[in-house]
Amino acid sequence: MIAYLGRRLIQSALILLGVSLITFALLYLLPADPVRQIAGRSATPQTVENIRQQLGLDQPFVVQYWHYLVSLLSGDLGRSYIQRSEVTELIVSRLPATLLLMVGAILCELVIGLSMGLIAAVRRGTTTDQTLMVASFVGVSAPQFVVGLLLLYVFAVRLSWFPIGGYGTWRHLVLPSLTMGILGAGWYARMMRSSMIDVLRQDYVRTARAKGLARGAIIFRHALPNAILPVIAMIGIDIGIFMGGIVVVESVFGWPGIGQLAWQAIQRVDIPIIMGVTLVSAFAIVLGNLLADIVAPFIDPRIKLR
Amino acid sequence: MNAGAANRPAGAAAPVDSIAARPVLDIAGLCVSVRGEDGEREVVSDLSFKLARGETLCIAGESGSGKSMTALAIMQLLPQPAGRISSGTIRLGETNLATLNERQMQRIRGARIAMIFQEPMTSLNPVLSIGRQLTESIEAHTDLSQSQAQRRAVEALKAVRISEAESRLKQFPHELSGGMRQRVMIAMALALEPDVLIADEPTTALDVTVQGEVLELLRDLQREHGTSVILITHDMGVVAEMADRVIVMRHGRMVEEGAATDIFALPQAEYTRELLAAVPRIGTGAGRQESRDAAEASKPANVADVDDLHVRFDLRGGFFGRINRRVHAVEGVSFSIAPNETLALVGESGCGKSTTAKALAGLVPYQGDIAIGGRNLSGLGRAARKAVRRDVQMIFQDPYASLDPRMRVGDLVAEPLLIHGIASKEERRERVAALFERVGLSADQMELYPHEFSGGQRQRICIARALALRPRLIIADESVSALDVSVQARVLDLLKELQREFGVAYLFISHDMAVVENISDRVAVMYLGQIVEMGTRDQVFSNPRHPYTKRLIEAVPVPDPTRRRERFARLDREIPSSTRRIGETPPRLALTDVGGGHLVAV
Repeated sequence: MIAYLGRRLIQSALILLGVSLITFALLYLLPADPVRQIAGRSATPQTVENIRQQLGLDQPFVVQYWHYLVSLLSGDLGRSYIQRSEVTELIVSRLPATLLLMVGAILCELVIGLSMGLIAAVRRGTTTDQTLMVASFVGVSAPQFVVGLLLLYVFAVRLSWFPIGGYGTWRHLVLPSLTMGILGAGWYARMMRSSMIDVLRQDYVRTARAKGLARGAIIFRHALPNAILPVIAMIGIDIGIFMGGIVVVESVFGWPGIGQLAWQAIQRVDIPIIMGVTLVSAFAIVLGNLLADIVAPFIDPRIKLR
Repeated sequence: MNAGAANRPAGAAAPVDSIAARPVLDIAGLCVSVRGEDGEREVVSDLSFKLARGETLCIAGESGSGKSMTALAIMQLLPQPAGRISSGTIRLGETNLATLNERQMQRIRGARIAMIFQEPMTSLNPVLSIGRQLTESIEAHTDLSQSQAQRRAVEALKAVRISEAESRLKQFPHELSGGMRQRVMIAMALALEPDVLIADEPTTALDVTVQGEVLELLRDLQREHGTSVILITHDMGVVAEMADRVIVMRHGRMVEEGAATDIFALPQAEYTRELLAAVPRIGTGAGRQESRDAAEASKPANVADVDDLHVRFDLRGGFFGRINRRVHAVEGVSFSIAPNETLALVGESGCGKSTTAKALAGLVPYQGDIAIGGRNLSGLGRAARKAVRRDVQMIFQDPYASLDPRMRVGDLVAEPLLIHGIASKEERRERVAALFERVGLSADQMELYPHEFSGGQRQRICIARALALRPRLIIADESVSALDVSVQARVLDLLKELQREFGVAYLFISHDMAVVENISDRVAVMYLGQIVEMGTRDQVFSNPRHPYTKRLIEAVPVPDPTRRRERFARLDREIPSSTRRIGETPPRLALTDVGGGHLVAV
């Protein structure tokens, strides 16, 4: 187990290194010039050149990347070009909001998705099954900004059950979490349904029935733990998809997380922030996958981490 | 489980006399239908039988005879929503099970009728411990507390002769072998002392020596508890070994019913006679086919020479994922096969017989020397190796899985010719048509798809495919194991005919000693990756020298109820693993000639 963790951590570090290199290269090749953004339209070529030197952007790519990497190893993500503060501070101050939103969204998609999938599988072929699957299809295919605006209109504007935007109480959390969660819930419902149908056909479920167990025990004790395994592996990957959605959803709901920070930074070519947010997201994805792999042996004793 | 009986509340033991006279289970006019794509089809028709207390009733029949459907109907476990009991009664004592709803049926299942299934590997839930799976049914049907249920579970495990029962409770199914799992299933079924035990092919998936142990266990437990048993099997040897009474089924109908001794001595129905005639028996092979090797002592060059073959698989572990253990699948195996000869490789699962075959067909990397037609494979380049490979073809076990469902069978048979760039399109067509007719199919069936054929026909297609390249050696890996006996007999005959006609040699891999005795010229017995005995068929079967060979032959159930074995020598330990640490090699067995080329490990 320790050896496994050690190896996985080394792998994770290499992945993050790769991500940083690719992102850095992409931003370097970008036609938009960050110095122009900072200096403004009326700046003289001399000022622009000064700023460029100050930021070290006149150096060759390899040197720039090396400097970035060295400071990264000491935990320094650099300074924002525009906001004049440390990127680390900016991200740390906004991370709790994003994490909260992610937890809310994961809960939403697990609770909604898994129960939909479970019910559909048990009632396979009935109207309930068909209705749930149509609903999940809608959830999967609806764009998040549409879902977000729709939820806002119905539950915030018309019914006034929840605030229109902002951050602070659990009531603020509901609509953004739902918006994020509905997409995943659709996926999980479909996955859970097919996984569950497959498990319900297995010999050990027949054995459980032959023992005279009640339906509830068969479904929750025998079928569910087996059916949920592929879904758990999915949660790790899901965090990556979340990171894309967070930019949209945080903008729609005015949620002060790193998605909003990234959005502002992209508009102004604020390279240190873009780099920082990308690395933090990549870290979250790597961590999510690692957690999913660590949890799996607790459900399935056949899985050994080595 | 005697102590388990003592735990029963005193009132539960009903007066014996009144019940002994009446049948435990009384089935009358049972019809079962299954709805398929082309409407509802009756899979069991008008079946009636009675099961007496303490009796073992065998329901025998080939696939599709409706024997398993009968069992599932009794348990009300028919595939839902397609299957249903369309008419008839199933009386357990006073209750008609056919009219009970799901909730009432739950109280019957496991408590009064228990069932064990064919596949011990998949019949236990992989994520629940053995203990949990044992206690849950005890808890579901009795008022026992958790610790009492646990004690009952330990007793049940002890009753099926599982050692260290207490610590087994914490184990998970994947930590046990197939035979152990089937014993756990039996323990689970008998823990609540049901009136009826239905065993659906309980030993079919097990190795023959393990089968012997499990059957004996079932018989002993039945004797102790007086449980009535319905044993469903396709194996007439098992029927002879176990049955008091036999029902023979075909196409959902009962063909014949009677006492086991009568059915075997004087079968009345034509079908029963055919079925019994098709059963391979040890000791009959010699009569059917003259042992040829003595006459052909001066043979031309061998088709295949295998010398000191090793196949090892590395397992990784540790911090850097380094190789730290190794599976010694095949260890120093040497044999040769002459043209027109059948060498049988026998042994139980995990002994390395299939891996040897794969090495010979070039499907796994190996060490040692393999020469096909005198040419050593290891010295050859890619193209030359491909040409040599043409001489070795394989027929696999599962005729359902070894044909691509999306290709026409004609194209499947033509594919080897295509791969090796042999013949023009028309010539290929003609050759395939000729092959189809040769294996007993018609040329117009070439346009069909695999799913339109039965298992036996598919295996014929596989044989045609293997023959397409006119190979010198065909490796048949358990090629008849998945077939019904009557089909099996015909496929074996076809293989023999083809050998006479084309002079092809067979490496025949099987776990079934009776089949091996039937088809082979020479036999090699493998155990833990090494050959422990090798000789002509007569040498090995009439004069087995190695204890493992003796055990294998002795374990085969004889299809004759008058020659029932009383005691089967029990092996308390499991077959050891062939996985070892790096640097540790298994001790090498030395084969000595005990006369006439009969090699035995000492």
